[in-house]
Amino acid sequence: MEQLMENLLLCTFFLYLLSTVAFVMGTNKGSEKESPKSRLWGNIGIGMSIVGVVFQLMFIITRVLIGGHWPTSNMFEFTAFLCFTIVIAFIILYFMYRSAVLGAFVMPLAVVLLAYASVFPHEVQPLIPALQSIWLPVHVSTAALGQGAFGVGFVAGLIYLVFQFGREKEGKNARWLEITLVIVLMFVGFSAVNMAFKTMNYEAKFSHIVDGQPAVQEYSLPPLVAPHDSEVISIDRFAGLGQPLMEAPSWMKGKDAASQLNSVLWGVISGAILYGLIRLIAKKPLRGILHPMVSRVNPDLVEEISYRAIAIGFPIFTLGALIFAMIWAHEAWGRFWGWDPKEVWALITWLFYSAYLHLRLSRGWHGVKSAWLAVGGFVIIMINLIVINLVISGLHSYA
Amino acid sequence: MIENSKCECGHNNPVGTILCESCGKPLDEETKGKETIVQEMRYEGKARRSQTFQSSPFDMVWNFFSSVKVAIILIIITLIAASIGTIFPQEKFVPSSDPAAYYEKQYGLWGKWFHILGFSDMYNSWWFFTMVSLIGISLVVCSLDRVIPLYKALKNQQVRKSVDFLKRQRITAETTLTAAEADEKLAKLEQALQSKRYQVKREGNALLAEKGRISRWGPYINHIGLIIFLFGVLLRYVPGWYLDETMWVREGEVKKVPELPYYVKNEGFDITFYDQKNVPKSKQDAGPIAQKYETRAVLYEKDWDTGKLKPVAKGSILVNHPLAYKDLRLVQADFRIGLLDALDLKLVDKESGKALGKFTVDLYDLKPNQVFRVKDKEVVLLDYYPDFALENNRPITKSPDPNKPAFVFEVREKGQAKGERSWVISGQNLDELTKENRYAIDLAGMKMVDSTGLMVRVDKSLNVILFGGVICMIGLVMGFYWHHRRVWALVDDGRLYIGAHTNKNWYSLERELKLIGEFDTLQVKRN
Repeated sequence: MEQLMENLLLCTFFLYLLSTVAFVMGTNKGSEKESPKSRLWGNIGIGMSIVGVVFQLMFIITRVLIGGHWPTSNMFEFTAFLCFTIVIAFIILYFMYRSAVLGAFVMPLAVVLLAYASVFPHEVQPLIPALQSIWLPVHVSTAALGQGAFGVGFVAGLIYLVFQFGREKEGKNARWLEITLVIVLMFVGFSAVNMAFKTMNYEAKFSHIVDGQPAVQEYSLPPLVAPHDSEVISIDRFAGLGQPLMEAPSWMKGKDAASQLNSVLWGVISGAILYGLIRLIAKKPLRGILHPMVSRVNPDLVEEISYRAIAIGFPIFTLGALIFAMIWAHEAWGRFWGWDPKEVWALITWLFYSAYLHLRLSRGWHGVKSAWLAVGGFVIIMINLIVINLVISGLHSYA
Repeated sequence: MIENSKCECGHNNPVGTILCESCGKPLDEETKGKETIVQEMRYEGKARRSQTFQSSPFDMVWNFFSSVKVAIILIIITLIAASIGTIFPQEKFVPSSDPAAYYEKQYGLWGKWFHILGFSDMYNSWWFFTMVSLIGISLVVCSLDRVIPLYKALKNQQVRKSVDFLKRQRITAETTLTAAEADEKLAKLEQALQSKRYQVKREGNALLAEKGRISRWGPYINHIGLIIFLFGVLLRYVPGWYLDETMWVREGEVKKVPELPYYVKNEGFDITFYDQKNVPKSKQDAGPIAQKYETRAVLYEKDWDTGKLKPVAKGSILVNHPLAYKDLRLVQADFRIGLLDALDLKLVDKESGKALGKFTVDLYDLKPNQVFRVKDKEVVLLDYYPDFALENNRPITKSPDPNKPAFVFEVREKGQAKGERSWVISGQNLDELTKENRYAIDLAGMKMVDSTGLMVRVDKSLNVILFGGVICMIGLVMGFYWHHRRVWALVDDGRLYIGAHTNKNWYSLERELKLIGEFDTLQVKRN
């Protein structure tokens, strides 16, 4: 059963990858709508993504059968689920606007997210009492669905920005666009590095003191930074690296703080190396590589998709991440709102997107400004997913 | 800036009107010079209060809060402030009674300033409350300022608009046709638009097609929902409407609920752990994982006449399953395991070395000069220090909790008024102090219990808050899942003019109209 589940996830991964390839082919062949060839590739792409979603749904069902609970209870499960909702939101918007370019950018994001999810432990964990509620599937799924739509809004905004600034050599917009793309590349690099060391079964262990108690910190990547004031218990040699290069600063005292700093460093380094290689080979910045894919796109179309995805996501997010959240919090913790970091960041996300909607609908912010806001909103969502779960501890830290 | 509010078409408009209420013609010079009137169309060019009255102090306050720009700035400030508050844990999550020292020790200089600047308890601070209130006021004023004129305008729409109005729309079309063709063309348009679910009104050679007007009320309904929500939160300040307390109840204990005429009995507290078989290997080192925290509880209400406790609710309190009775909710929140509840002490005759008998001291229920009878002896409790410590060589108790119970007993022969004193600390007899004593009191056993930590909650405005949430959702769905679209057509002087307007999703409107064959000359102005 566990093997079946892993295989289903693997199939999902490859289907999303194939869908990406098909959509990318679709964007290269002729102009957006007219050519029958590009329409064919678009159909293959959307077909693959639908089959992929069905496979991921089967993965979810299998996991429910094994674990007895809805799989949105830790980092692996939630990140994979967010990938699932992004693809669902994409499929809905595809049938509204029939844009193959959108698929050529959303599906790779889904692939990256799924790879990133796989970095976290896959095991089915027993559910702690606080999570034993019907609201676990209801609240988390609805919130994730809203975030999935925001994710599509982000991607469409990105396409719009690549269209506008892909060929620009310099300027603020071009620079920030490049930075955004490099950050996405860091996720790719981090996931790849993790995958590699996982297959090698890499492990390093340190002992140190947390809140006056001795603790062991485990690394799954070679330690570039060791915990502050720590001692090596064991360390697998990698490329001559038998000792950590440096120590984490003393204020990083959390249980896994140093290991997470190490992960971030690996992400940054591997992303930078990838970026360097790409630039060496292509002799173009990332935005310039992507630009030919979007050069024939109708900017009004992607601009509207970005807004529309957010407009569709906003009520769903409000329902899932705020209203359902409050009902559950009332039941589990006796108060509907408690300023837990995760709650605060859900509110921040909501406030940000309401500012976006007011700026757009009332102040007429369209085009570039609107696209940047769509990017900014997704950055907030990723902060809420990664930083709040892994770095800032609170009631929602289940990972 | 407004010279004349009377339009050429003869309609008298209120001062401040931008587009004639009847024919839609631009009224002020600035608008007349514009190619499109997309911005002006937002509220149908109606005179809004904030743009009409600008002199009295009330007007100035009103105008300030009626600005969407101000609303957005308020939202952004709140958003940034809220995010700063999550950098370090808030005071209530911090395990220290001296937050100032804690933040500095734990987080250094940044922590110190975090506390000094008031971010450590910001969500309860007056200024955060003020920010949220300002957003609330902005919600009310913005909505009122716009919804009333908008409602009036959409309610009394004229089918026949001026050519000026049509030509200044963002989506337009124009063709020449003969008088004979005109009627046929309009009839075709009417039919085509109807097939796209537009409601079409026709007046001679003018036509108005409209759909999704419900979408325009969405924002106002959702804002009303938010106002109700915030009002519900304010209602907490009504005395007796909101209670947020915690209480600890030991197994077997009946304890009064803080501030309420209820009593809770803890009939037993249990923790169930998952079978290690079901715990993945990587998590097994961290110790067993809890599956269930359960308090079997009985809730009593005190009858004020008889003073008796009447059971009103009984059941298990689990995480996610509070015990509810009327407005009261008891929520499982915490626990302590293995608390000292009672000591069994034995009285020993040191001469014979034989134990004379045992007596039980209930650490939570001791009266001064309580007498325990052991055979023919009486053991009298002279002093009790539940949490014993020495301060300046004098015995004191640090707290009322029996963490280190100490007793001064006096052992008397039956009927005697005096006897010999002895100290018992944590069940140990301090023999060195009273070497000449004949009797010693020693530990014979302990009784341990668990204690459950319950949250006591009353929140009477919850239904108001939930109602606000539901209204807000209805508004959001109306506003975002419907789209208000209008198409005007007019035949004037041998030409057909078409204008179309929506408040969002221009591309979709354009695409929809292009699918209708009649719009062959469709033009979209970019801005």
